[in-house]
Amino acid sequence: MSLPAMIKLKNRPVDPEALAARFIALEKHETTHDRLVWRMRTNRDEAIAGVPDWQELRELASQIKEHTLTHLDDYLEQFEENATKLGTIVHWARDAEEHNATVHEILGSHGVKLLIKSKSMLQEECGMTPYLEKRGIEVTESDLGERIQQLSDEPPSHIVVPAIHKLRSDVAGLFARDLGTDANNSDPHYLTEAMRENARPRFMKADAAMTGANFAVAETGGFVVCTNEGNADIGASVPPVHIASIGIEKLIPRARDLGVFIRMLSRSALGSPITQYTSHFHGPRKGGELHVILVDNTRSERLGSSDFWHGLKCIRCGACMNTCPVYRRSGGLSYGATYSGPIGVITDPGLNLSKYRELPFHSTLCGSCTEVCPVKIDISDQIYKWRRVVAEKGLMRVSKAVGMSALGKVLPHPELFHAGEAAAESALAHTPRFLLYNALNPWGKHREMPAPAPQTFRQWYIANRRAK
Amino acid sequence: MNARDVILASVRRNLPVPSVPLPDAPSAARQKVLACLGYSGDLHGLPKVQHSPKLEGAAVSNFKKQLEGMGGRSFDVADAAGAQSKVTELFPAAKVVCSAVPEVPGNRRLESGSDPHLLNDVDVGVIRSTLGVAEAGAVWLTQNELVVNALGVLSQHLVVLLDPEAIVETMHDAYDRINLTASPYGVFMAGPSATGDIEGVIIHGAQGARSLTVLLMGRGRGKVKP
Repeated sequence: MSLPAMIKLKNRPVDPEALAARFIALEKHETTHDRLVWRMRTNRDEAIAGVPDWQELRELASQIKEHTLTHLDDYLEQFEENATKLGTIVHWARDAEEHNATVHEILGSHGVKLLIKSKSMLQEECGMTPYLEKRGIEVTESDLGERIQQLSDEPPSHIVVPAIHKLRSDVAGLFARDLGTDANNSDPHYLTEAMRENARPRFMKADAAMTGANFAVAETGGFVVCTNEGNADIGASVPPVHIASIGIEKLIPRARDLGVFIRMLSRSALGSPITQYTSHFHGPRKGGELHVILVDNTRSERLGSSDFWHGLKCIRCGACMNTCPVYRRSGGLSYGATYSGPIGVITDPGLNLSKYRELPFHSTLCGSCTEVCPVKIDISDQIYKWRRVVAEKGLMRVSKAVGMSALGKVLPHPELFHAGEAAAESALAHTPRFLLYNALNPWGKHREMPAPAPQTFRQWYIANRRAK
Repeated sequence: MNARDVILASVRRNLPVPSVPLPDAPSAARQKVLACLGYSGDLHGLPKVQHSPKLEGAAVSNFKKQLEGMGGRSFDVADAAGAQSKVTELFPAAKVVCSAVPEVPGNRRLESGSDPHLLNDVDVGVIRSTLGVAEAGAVWLTQNELVVNALGVLSQHLVVLLDPEAIVETMHDAYDRINLTASPYGVFMAGPSATGDIEGVIIHGAQGARSLTVLLMGRGRGKVKP
């Protein structure tokens, strides 16, 4: 394939409707996914009920993030200075390509053949693993869910539980194929143990480890990684080299600000008071080497957008995904992007508007995401604003654009609207089924249209109430 | 211009306005409240007697409850001999016990700076934590206590000694008491390694320790804490 053709294919707009349809067709997957993801939401509700000052914490978290982002240049410099003092080697990367090249260079200078990594959405965003694999480096994901996704050759479908869209039987089949387990044994205990036995020797053999970071503290020059498996800690404490990729928006000013965010992160994500491991890295361990790569990749540009910069406050807890009715039913892979769910809808178009132009419409605008967000991002408002951007750039799908433009003409003229309304009611009652339930009408899928009322509300109102 | 300068210049060009002031962190707010109640000065400097014994008991029982919720367990032990016998009782089949505390000798020596790979066969690792957090059921461990960081994650099972008086209520209190730059590695560990990645079923022992046991053991009154 020619290069321009490949670029065209890579930028082809994602079709969340078609991808969601594929997931919904797997009925057991859809219902299980909905149940598991909603359970995380209800666990979150229970957990925050135990924190009386939750709303104050949200406000505080939001202010700390907004303060940091409005002074980000100072805090980045402060972080760099303090990290360097501790013996950390700080690198900067403008974009994904520069990030990947920096990683490759560090690995090359140590002759690294086998890299073990823990979950990092940023490294996903940068497409790091395929980049390194192409250059002869073996990369192993050590988080169970990420490893499942790696073996499936799929991106994570959820930022906290990457393989939540899969059933245990799917994992059993995958592990039987790739790890030599019994295909008929789908007990999660058995499968998790198999992964442990498979990963441990890789940790021992690995020449270097990579992690992401949940928070980077300007005042101390260190960073924090939160996991439940402890896989980031094994990586950081066994191989001699540790590289952490950190988005520039991950900065916070002070060590004590961590108290605010750590109290909120896992409660919002899973409903536990804290992740099993909340690990702080300040300089290389005895006998080790520590690198940090500060990555921009469109973040500084987004900072300049008055409509969308608040999205950079995100702490990646996934609460917005767990509460989203569209996410729960359609699965994370339907977004066709690194970041799924409501936070994905407002993040991905900033990375590639043409490719992700359909995502802002993969939402009901119900606003639940905004309500659960621990750092008070106006997610649903931003989804609406992205729709406007898509429309203004002329990227709206023709079927939607035609409908919207018709509505735009009719709605300012009540007489047109009322005539149309009455005609539609009458037409609906006399339309043959094949015209209503066909491929052109998505509202006819999976449901019966409601029986048309004998008269419109307005007709009823005029007849019954207006005279009185 | 190098990447650093390009990024910083771009950040400066795009800084949102108006800038937002930095709010007080909660601990500072709490000190203000305490000041209103008649306390003054540094909260840490308050003499022990001003802590209500009732409150301290609540912190310990809350710690135990939260730790259990995170999949860990705790026992009260009276002294070093009690700790040793608890380890033997809980792990009768352990071949390699690697200890970083004098109370439990173990049978594997731990040397600062030694190769972490050598700890891959440890059945039980024993460590002392200097700080517990009640609301999270978490213990704080650093390179100073672990000696070799990998001990905390390669050991199949972990036993953590903790002075019940070193348990604070919230994460705010915890961050007030620790100095992050004093050690290259510090971790709040709350229970054993866990995963829910397959259909949300919670399983302990995903990658790190399969179990975590906290032995609550006072260091004896009158002794000066390090």
